[in-house]
Amino acid sequence: MGQEKQIRMTTALEPAKTTRSEPRLALPGWMRTILGNRKATIGLLILLMFLLVAIFAPVIAPGEPNKMVGRPHERPSAEHIFGTSRQGQDIFTQIVQGTRSSLIVGFGTGTIIIFLCIIIGVTSGFVGGVVDEVLSLITNVFLILPGLPLIIVVAGWVEQPGPATVMLVLSLTSWAFGARVLRSQTLVLRNSDFVAAARTSGEPTWRIVLFEILPNMTSLVASSWIGAVIFVILTEATLSFVGLGNPNAVTWGTTLYWAQNNQALLTGAWWTFVPPGVCIALIGFALTMINYGIDEITNPRLTVEKSEKE
Amino acid sequence: MRFLFRRLTFYIVAAFAAITLNFFIPRMMVGDPVQLMFAQFQGRLDPRAMESLKETFGFVQGPLLQQYITYLTNLFQGNFGLSVSSFPVPVIELIGPSLAWTVRLIGFSTILAFIIGTILGVFAAWRRGGGIDNIFLPIASVVGAFPFFWIAMVVLYLFGLVWKWFPIGHAYDVSMQVDWGNPTFLSSVVQHSLMPLCTIIITAIGGWMLGMRNNMIGVLSQDYVTMAQAKGLSDRRVMLVYAARNAILPSLTGFAMSLGFVVGGALVVELVFAYPGMGYTLLRAVQGRDYPLMQAVFLVITLAVLAANFAADIMYVLLDPRAR
Repeated sequence: MGQEKQIRMTTALEPAKTTRSEPRLALPGWMRTILGNRKATIGLLILLMFLLVAIFAPVIAPGEPNKMVGRPHERPSAEHIFGTSRQGQDIFTQIVQGTRSSLIVGFGTGTIIIFLCIIIGVTSGFVGGVVDEVLSLITNVFLILPGLPLIIVVAGWVEQPGPATVMLVLSLTSWAFGARVLRSQTLVLRNSDFVAAARTSGEPTWRIVLFEILPNMTSLVASSWIGAVIFVILTEATLSFVGLGNPNAVTWGTTLYWAQNNQALLTGAWWTFVPPGVCIALIGFALTMINYGIDEITNPRLTVEKSEKE
Repeated sequence: MRFLFRRLTFYIVAAFAAITLNFFIPRMMVGDPVQLMFAQFQGRLDPRAMESLKETFGFVQGPLLQQYITYLTNLFQGNFGLSVSSFPVPVIELIGPSLAWTVRLIGFSTILAFIIGTILGVFAAWRRGGGIDNIFLPIASVVGAFPFFWIAMVVLYLFGLVWKWFPIGHAYDVSMQVDWGNPTFLSSVVQHSLMPLCTIIITAIGGWMLGMRNNMIGVLSQDYVTMAQAKGLSDRRVMLVYAARNAILPSLTGFAMSLGFVVGGALVVELVFAYPGMGYTLLRAVQGRDYPLMQAVFLVITLAVLAANFAADIMYVLLDPRAR
């Protein structure tokens, strides 16, 4: 298994060498690989759509999202395309403006998490010895503790958790999975020939880690990062849904929280909970597709070759 | 045996970590947790309740170490303190029944989801690009993208309210007496549990299936599988005895990571269906700022997850002779 990975990696390095001689082509080459994968392209297109909505939110749906603009629980119409909530708020405005906060919390926290993963995972795998044992133990403990109940309990102690608190709690509790994945990859790379060569030629440790090991885990770091973003978006929505967010904030989770609390289900107001759920799922689906794409590009065994099928 | 012993040691360490986290979380808050706790109950809290709160959390006079020891002693004596929202009922009495409901609901649905998902994964990998691969895999990815609780809301809306196939809310018809020997009562329990049960199975199945499929693909390319086929063994035998038995091992190892996630999702599913289990109790406790109940529920959930993982380890040993 390890050997196979090694072989793949050396073959993957070859095209990189050719692009290095023509640095201007490096970025398009990388883009072309991703856009050559159907799943990754679909994912990127959906993501781009949400990014545009987040950026142009005040243009697409101007106005105060929590303002009463219609009668309670109005069905979707030309005036309110996603209908209104129990408080007569326009659901479309809430969704559009919620996109921004959901994306910021998702990508922001995902980025913090991936930094923690790299620091803990790579240190653990590269340094080895007692440091590795202690860090691995902590990682495994955090992996096995049920995350959501832990997050709920921590958030429960904070009287009115704002976005910053939610981000902090999520980052501190959700790094373990990525750290473990990156640790095992670091272990593989640490024992590879090119790292041994770099060591013998006297490269300092920080240089080996930053320039020899990390660049060779780019795809793994990218997919862990995307995985963390998906997790954060889902968990943030869950926290808001159970009432641990700020109920006056505008996020997809809060819209769902109000739908549940205002008996939207019992009154049949499906338009209050379908749009936010579909948005969360679309983002999650897009990111998962990008991840599958990265997986397929770096691990060709997962795709079915046409010749094999016939 | 050594493997199981090592795992058991790890679970004890993990349990201890959870207990310690439970002790430190209130103390990590900005400001004085005692003040925070009491401020939120101002005027509504029995002075005796305040005393018992202090005692349970070890907020006694003295250095941190002494508080920690007080807290541990209370815990090992089974003293989780008294509930604040329904004072003076001991927390442990509130947890008992809800734990039973949760173990039945989540335990049953998780095992079912694991079995169905694993079987589907085996077939998906065996006929890669075939029916199961092309139908279930995309469905699983789409369903997996939705928040668990949202799927629960849709199931409740469609099957409970629009089509009225199943009763909504609670674990049994509340007008009935709890009597497990009574078939009418049993059928009421089953009817009430079907919607949450199916929701948890639908949401959990995809992960197991995907994992098993990818493990199988790895195992199928091994030489011993080719060898088994070359010997002329039946497809069924190669698939189940040679490939699946080996491919299931990483799934059991991955149980730890997935279980915490599945349980977390299932707890929120309980809230949507107002199913009186641990999740419902935890979220009610959080909303009612019932700290002793909240902390105890977290501990019990964690211990249950650790126990389930140990069960998975025993399965692992049964399936993999190398671990014996």
